[in-house]
Amino acid sequence: MNRIVEKEHFSQNVVKLVVEAPAIARSRRPGHFVIVRACEHGERIPLTIADSDTERGTITLVVQDVGVSTGKICGLEVGESLTDVVGPLGQATHIEKFGTVVCCGGGVGVAPLLPIIKGMKEAGNRVITVLAARTKDLIILEEQVAPYSDEVIIMTDDGSYGTKGLVTAGVERVIQREAVDLVVTIGPAIMMKFVSLLTKKYDVPTMCSLNTIMVDGTGMCGACRVTVDGKTKFVCIDGPEFDAHKVDFDEMMMRLRSYN
Amino acid sequence: MGKNNTTSAPRDAQWREELRKSTSAKERAAIQRVKMPELSPAYRVTCNEEVNQGLSAEAAVLEATRCMDCPDPQCVTGCPVNINIPGFIKNIQRGEFHKAALVLKETSALPAVCGRVCPQEKQCESRCIYLKMKKEPVAIGYLERFAADFERLSGLHAHPEVEEPNGIKIAVVGSGPAGLSFAGDMIKRGYDVTVFEALHEIGGVLKYGIPEFRLPNAVVDVEIDSLASLGVKFVKDCIVGKTYSYDDLHDMGFKGIFVGSGAGLPRFMGIPGENYIGVMSCNEYLTRINLMCAGREGYDTPVLRGRNVAVIGGGNTAMDAVRTARRMGAERAMVVYRRGEAEMPARVEEVKHAKEEGVEFMTLHNPLEYISDDKGQVKTMRVQRMELGEPDASGRRSPVPVEGAVEDIPVDLVIVSVGVSPNPLIPNSISDLEVSRRGTIVVDESTMRSSLPDIYAGGDIVRGGATVILAMGDGRHAAASMDAALRG
Repeated sequence: MNRIVEKEHFSQNVVKLVVEAPAIARSRRPGHFVIVRACEHGERIPLTIADSDTERGTITLVVQDVGVSTGKICGLEVGESLTDVVGPLGQATHIEKFGTVVCCGGGVGVAPLLPIIKGMKEAGNRVITVLAARTKDLIILEEQVAPYSDEVIIMTDDGSYGTKGLVTAGVERVIQREAVDLVVTIGPAIMMKFVSLLTKKYDVPTMCSLNTIMVDGTGMCGACRVTVDGKTKFVCIDGPEFDAHKVDFDEMMMRLRSYN
Repeated sequence: MGKNNTTSAPRDAQWREELRKSTSAKERAAIQRVKMPELSPAYRVTCNEEVNQGLSAEAAVLEATRCMDCPDPQCVTGCPVNINIPGFIKNIQRGEFHKAALVLKETSALPAVCGRVCPQEKQCESRCIYLKMKKEPVAIGYLERFAADFERLSGLHAHPEVEEPNGIKIAVVGSGPAGLSFAGDMIKRGYDVTVFEALHEIGGVLKYGIPEFRLPNAVVDVEIDSLASLGVKFVKDCIVGKTYSYDDLHDMGFKGIFVGSGAGLPRFMGIPGENYIGVMSCNEYLTRINLMCAGREGYDTPVLRGRNVAVIGGGNTAMDAVRTARRMGAERAMVVYRRGEAEMPARVEEVKHAKEEGVEFMTLHNPLEYISDDKGQVKTMRVQRMELGEPDASGRRSPVPVEGAVEDIPVDLVIVSVGVSPNPLIPNSISDLEVSRRGTIVVDESTMRSSLPDIYAGGDIVRGGATVILAMGDGRHAAASMDAALRG
């Protein structure tokens, strides 16, 4: 159960794990996440599912080492097991033919974006993918998103790869160039905030996927609550995807610092 | 409910008749009600040890002697699972502690739990004949705990009789009190029972909610192990409605499903500042500490420790949270409740224990808003003083604000314990299941059957927020009717 069958380092701090979880592999849809514990005394950590293989009975997780618990998860080797994997949790992404969809991801946010890119393409959309990171080494999954994207735009802060600039510059370039029906953004809260501000200016509907603090992931604790359109919502059961234009990102970023 | 009264300790048994004759009613009534030995307040706030230490055998026998063994025992009618109360108590009186435990097990899947957490003063003990004599009722809860603990510590499990396996597969959703009690009854009836639990521990609210100092996990684990030894299968980390759908359960061969998924969602008051850092639900606070062992050496889950902690609400969960806060080092721990102490829903014993432990009770106060520092950390709670107004339609005096009586109180941790809503996971995942406006699963009260013929439900997912024993009663009730339906 929960055995790691494949591991790949995307960068020094970012690891891809392929984990045996047949029931979850079968039932998960794009947008779903799981809660994992690395060890008996470990914390429960939400991770969005990047991919699954129903034949092998595996799910793919991409984890960034940002603290004790993610460090322990990233430290597991092939043959070892996660103590717990539970899911799939959250609401699946609403996928249909919108027309032209811009999918923009920053850092490890590209991992949960991958199944949405696939889904959007398979639903007949024109998909333009914008991948952004600080520097070239942190751009992940470029090869995996390419087959499902009509165009891939790479943005790096330092200009070491693709175009120099923030993700917003890449998205804005597309919006100014052609009609965009939907923007999907997943990444650090600050990035999603600025993508949302940009697309609001152009009045392009935008969906974001939030990764907040959670304990159980089933609606029980309320640690993940965010304000959407003036109302308190639970990311774990109402989300993780919301209309980005209605999310109070400043409050979300404040709450992410609860245990710092 | 209340069928299944065949018991190993009938009132007309010769030994019970002899016990009744052996001591006069006057002699029985002359005995003082036993006092529960407790850890000292000064010591117990430094640790997580169970406050109530349990009765000695001598004390239990003496307390059992007080019971009049009434011809028409009203205590039994006050028990949601109709335990044969005089039957087990008289077994204690004659020194047959193991047999006493067996009587409990006939109707209760979790006697060691109920002996600790039931609001006996509102149930069995509230109907005791002694109250009519203006005396204190027989300490039924203490005696229940004594018998159940005796069995547990003796290592000799009082196994109830189990019918021949019938091979019919039954799924239970949730391993809290409703699910465990249902599972216990169905395994006894010969069914092949699998319990699915969403969390990584079995026990539901008994594990994540009720703290160690009131209900040690070891006590819960013995009850779970006992069910497992009877053949109940437990599957952790599995969410019915997500990991497996309703159709998946059918494909897996399950013929009946009992949903006891509990009251998942914590309610908030919707007042300004409730999303500041340091304001959290009692579920989050207690889950971090009880389930995740936050704050203990070697565990990774963090928890906020407040010096000035306010817990909003007056129920048992609020008492659990505020007493936990004291143990986590709070210098000032307050309960803020909008009604008076007499209206508090918490068990009398929890309120008493909390007071002994230095908890301040700000009754007739209601929070208006929270104010934070520049980093978003809560620092002040603004409260409105209340008074009890005229009785409303239900006869309860509702609290009304005292004009101008607003006060600011420094706080660094606020725990909101104002109730829960039913967990929407199951109702949302089964499209034809009838759900009330409040989000509870609608059942026929006489059978606990839902709008779908193979789904039964009980506990907080039906009641919206009740007690361990009511959830257990629902589990028993559902088991009896599902069994009848499956047998045709």
